[in-house]
Amino acid sequence: MSLLEVNNLVAGYGMVQVLNGISLSVEDGEVAVVLGANGAGKTTTLRALTGMIKTSGSVLFEGEEMVGKKTDQIVRRRIAHVPQGRGTVAQMDVDENLDLGAYIRTDKAGIAADKQKMFELFPRLAERRKQSAGSLSGGEQQMLAIARALMMSPRLLLLDEPSLGLAPLIIRSVFDTLRQINTEFGTTMLVVEQNANLALSIAKTAFVLETGDIVAGGSAEQIAADDTIRKAYLGI
Amino acid sequence: MTKFFQLVIAGIEIGSIYALVALAIVIIYASTGLKNLAQGEMAMFSAFIAYQFHAWGLGIWLALILAILTTFVLGMGVQQVVLKPVQDSSLLTVVIVTLGLFLGLNSVAGFIWGYMMLAFPAIFPEGALEIGSVDISYAAIGVFAVLLACAGALFALFQFTKIGLAMRAVAYNKETSMLVGVQVNRVIMVGFGLAASLGAVGGIFAAPKLFLDPFMMLTVLIYALASAAFGGLDSPLGAVIAGLFIGVIENLAGGYIGFIGSDLKIVVPLVIILGTLLFRPQGLLGRKYIPRV
Repeated sequence: MSLLEVNNLVAGYGMVQVLNGISLSVEDGEVAVVLGANGAGKTTTLRALTGMIKTSGSVLFEGEEMVGKKTDQIVRRRIAHVPQGRGTVAQMDVDENLDLGAYIRTDKAGIAADKQKMFELFPRLAERRKQSAGSLSGGEQQMLAIARALMMSPRLLLLDEPSLGLAPLIIRSVFDTLRQINTEFGTTMLVVEQNANLALSIAKTAFVLETGDIVAGGSAEQIAADDTIRKAYLGI
Repeated sequence: MTKFFQLVIAGIEIGSIYALVALAIVIIYASTGLKNLAQGEMAMFSAFIAYQFHAWGLGIWLALILAILTTFVLGMGVQQVVLKPVQDSSLLTVVIVTLGLFLGLNSVAGFIWGYMMLAFPAIFPEGALEIGSVDISYAAIGVFAVLLACAGALFALFQFTKIGLAMRAVAYNKETSMLVGVQVNRVIMVGFGLAASLGAVGGIFAAPKLFLDPFMMLTVLIYALASAAFGGLDSPLGAVIAGLFIGVIENLAGGYIGFIGSDLKIVVPLVIILGTLLFRPQGLLGRKYIPRV
């Protein structure tokens, strides 16, 4: 059984339907990516998974149905979501953001140990512990958002366009860190991303989303090698 | 000089009340963006509840603690039933609803307890501490101590507890709060209960001085709103400082400037506030937050 199994997921905003019944699955321990252009429904997919918008269809996480549950209930299954635009509390300092990330946990020793791990993983954050998140650079904010999500010690990490608005060099380092997190901690990830080459480089599985439908899916290598898909949907 | 200190002390006493109600307004504004115009009436209602417990034979301290706890529950109820449905509505809708709450509470209090002024029992012992020629009444010391205790407890709650962390997170960013597993609506509800309790403390400790009637908190509310705006609508510390400042200035102006007297003294702090806000619209300690992109 897959860790996450999405079947015929329909979602949208008000009267506008954005996802027309998509299906995908993520295996335990892997990095999966959803590729697609602007407006394909990538962000909507993640928002539907964490119950932030009205959704129908089926989302099985560890065999349990998530559709119909509230966001905080879904999050308590240890699904961490890093939304577009960082997802940190700008007015709070780095330390507090990390504490907030561990909100659903009660194991104090484990939280302290994980915080230490985050500072090893992101030394820049250790230097800026008492600085407000809003005063960090874009790259640092993205690092903090990822660290905040990891503080939950997630079973599944959802990332919404981690490359958005960052300089190429910083993007590279964010993706290197994601790969490192996956190999070192074994964290399962579902990344939605416009930057197809970069996303495919860290992924095992890939799906291509086109205006609300999954039009292709398979191993990342397969997708990367398929000229038709590359030309038609990925523009690379 | 005696007169000066005497006026300052009287100012701190009433200013502490303004500060408590202002704190309540600030907590609700910071967590929901809602300016609760009924905060003063809720406080008045709590004072009546304390009065009622006392009339039923409870000791005054027990009566006021019970009233504050009752208010905590009532505050959460009011949020769930009256304010939650309009939380995301337009400013005008929210103003109308809180005004409705204002009038409703006022009428219900009048219906139950009448419009005659009732004497509220003294909470602190009569008498005063004499320092030189200045008398500091025990009531003034007591009310100021209560304000400091409340402000200190609030600070500790926000800085050192999990629920405090969640309350601040919800105030700043609801989406991120949800995504870390905070039950946003429940946190807002508790925030309302907390604010109502703080207001209750203000109303109850004001009652022995102002006497008890459904309109007792009217001027207090105006000053509390002014304190909140002056101190910065999202700054609890600002609310406390501004509340005390307004109380002191009001008394000094009334005591020293001949033509002002007790009729016009309410205008003086408001003029100073207006002047300040013209140059610092976010208030003394309010944050004008400019995010980096």
